[in-house]
Amino acid sequence: MHPVNRQQLDLSLDLERINSDPHQGTETMILNLGPQHPSTHGVLRVVLELDGERIVHAEPHIGYLHTGIEKECEYRTYHQVVPLIDRMDYLSSLNEEMGYVLAAEKLLGIEAPKRAQYIRVMMCELSRIASHMVWLGTAALELNVSSVFMYCFRDREYVLDLFEMVAGARMFPRYFRIGGVMRDLPRGFEDAVKKFIDEFRPHWKEYHDLLTKNPIWRMRLEGTAVLTKEQCFAYALTGPVLRGSGVAYDVRKAFPYSAYPDFEFEVTTQTAGDAYARYLVRMAEMEQSLRIVEQVLEKLPAGPVIVDDRRISKPHPHRGLFVPPGESYVTIESPRGEKGYWVVSDGSNKPLRVRMRAPSFASTQAMPVLIEGGYIADAVVAIASVDPVLGDVDR
Amino acid sequence: MSVRNAVEGLSALIKGMSVTFRYLFEKPVTIEYPEIKRKPPSMFRGRHYLRLWEDGMERCIGCHLCEIVCPAQAIYVKDAPNPKDKKISKTPSYSVEFQINMLRCIFVGDCEEVCPVDCIVLSDEYELSGYTREEMIYTKDMLTEKHPGASGRDPMVKRGEARMDS
Repeated sequence: MHPVNRQQLDLSLDLERINSDPHQGTETMILNLGPQHPSTHGVLRVVLELDGERIVHAEPHIGYLHTGIEKECEYRTYHQVVPLIDRMDYLSSLNEEMGYVLAAEKLLGIEAPKRAQYIRVMMCELSRIASHMVWLGTAALELNVSSVFMYCFRDREYVLDLFEMVAGARMFPRYFRIGGVMRDLPRGFEDAVKKFIDEFRPHWKEYHDLLTKNPIWRMRLEGTAVLTKEQCFAYALTGPVLRGSGVAYDVRKAFPYSAYPDFEFEVTTQTAGDAYARYLVRMAEMEQSLRIVEQVLEKLPAGPVIVDDRRISKPHPHRGLFVPPGESYVTIESPRGEKGYWVVSDGSNKPLRVRMRAPSFASTQAMPVLIEGGYIADAVVAIASVDPVLGDVDR
Repeated sequence: MSVRNAVEGLSALIKGMSVTFRYLFEKPVTIEYPEIKRKPPSMFRGRHYLRLWEDGMERCIGCHLCEIVCPAQAIYVKDAPNPKDKKISKTPSYSVEFQINMLRCIFVGDCEEVCPVDCIVLSDEYELSGYTREEMIYTKDMLTEKHPGASGRDPMVKRGEARMDS
């Protein structure tokens, strides 16, 4: 009798276990989705436990894009924080700026002039369109509709051209200032916006033609990543995800900020709560954004665009912007949901603390609910449908 | 799938295909970049220049404001009193060294805005690249415009006092 090979022994034991197992030959597999995966919208890593094609367990890992922006804000003056804020949710920088600037203004007890507020609203809505264009383009690309991706990025570029005209930079405009906006709209800007709207409306219809009734698109999206109203509340989900589940909650209507009460728009909801509902909500939102932009162009009042106080309006280091002690919390409706800014001042020229409530963070923590029990191919749809921006998650 | 569903789906597919088919005959929206260069709008924030007075004297007075206000700490300024025999700027002090680290710069344009003498401006040049880190630190020689007005920036527009053309 020759000695038993250790490996052979293990193998035989394994076979014995497998033979006695009622689920013969099945075992789960761990798969990393991301962090370097084109469908994760950045650097989100989701550890998936798979049983065949089914996802048994999912665990999102964040922190691959941690920039320390919240901490960094404490070492910057109130004006210098704005370019940092730009880089959080890099797809809708102007919405981000809006929240911070409003929070700082609340601390200072000032209000931007009417014209500045109207310009801000217009910029935020254009930014929302640009952000939704990126979302639609990438979501479609992930489902292999690559032509829509090309068309969407074209329209996004047109919006960025408008930002470039106004502020001088495309992605990170740094246009909003505490107390107003950097400078007045350039000559010919109104016409450029009108031209954009005239071009975008037919394009928007084309996206509907391409996708909304397309049977493949519907089969992939309908019934995928369903979230009920209660689940949305439990995970603090806001924005298009919540509206897709039938709750008409929009910060622009619920807690109106800046000049939003002056404009008419509707909060669109869908009741299905699946990825298709979220798609429809976002498509409708773009139409509402266009409506707001048109109203701004109609009503845009004349006047100054920044408060008449050079200590506040200019980023001058010596005269400085010393903010009275206190704290303020402002929420805005970013394209991804409710974004909150909590700014604490200790009376110096630098904030003591700037804390953001990120909508993408909430949607990332809801990821397991969205994808567990579904197919692995649907995980991509689920991630795309909540539209997380990882710069927003890892501040 | 019922017949009605099939017909609806098919018509939707044809509708979508017609959109893509239409685009076959449209002019491309892209430009062939290195051959055709796009002119950025007048407010574009690109490469910096240090402007000169009309008589060729340096505008920079070495006040460090741009250095302090820069959120990315990209600027380094070293000031000194003007030499007695040959004045370089119109104030008692001038900048001996002026460096901008283009790898740090995030082009927010705050330096342009705080400058009390309208010296530093952001031009519309956007082709900024190099092979080494050292060559991306722009020195005063590189930043100072070759002749007065070479940067092509209007200080009135820069200060936001005029509503500029797009």
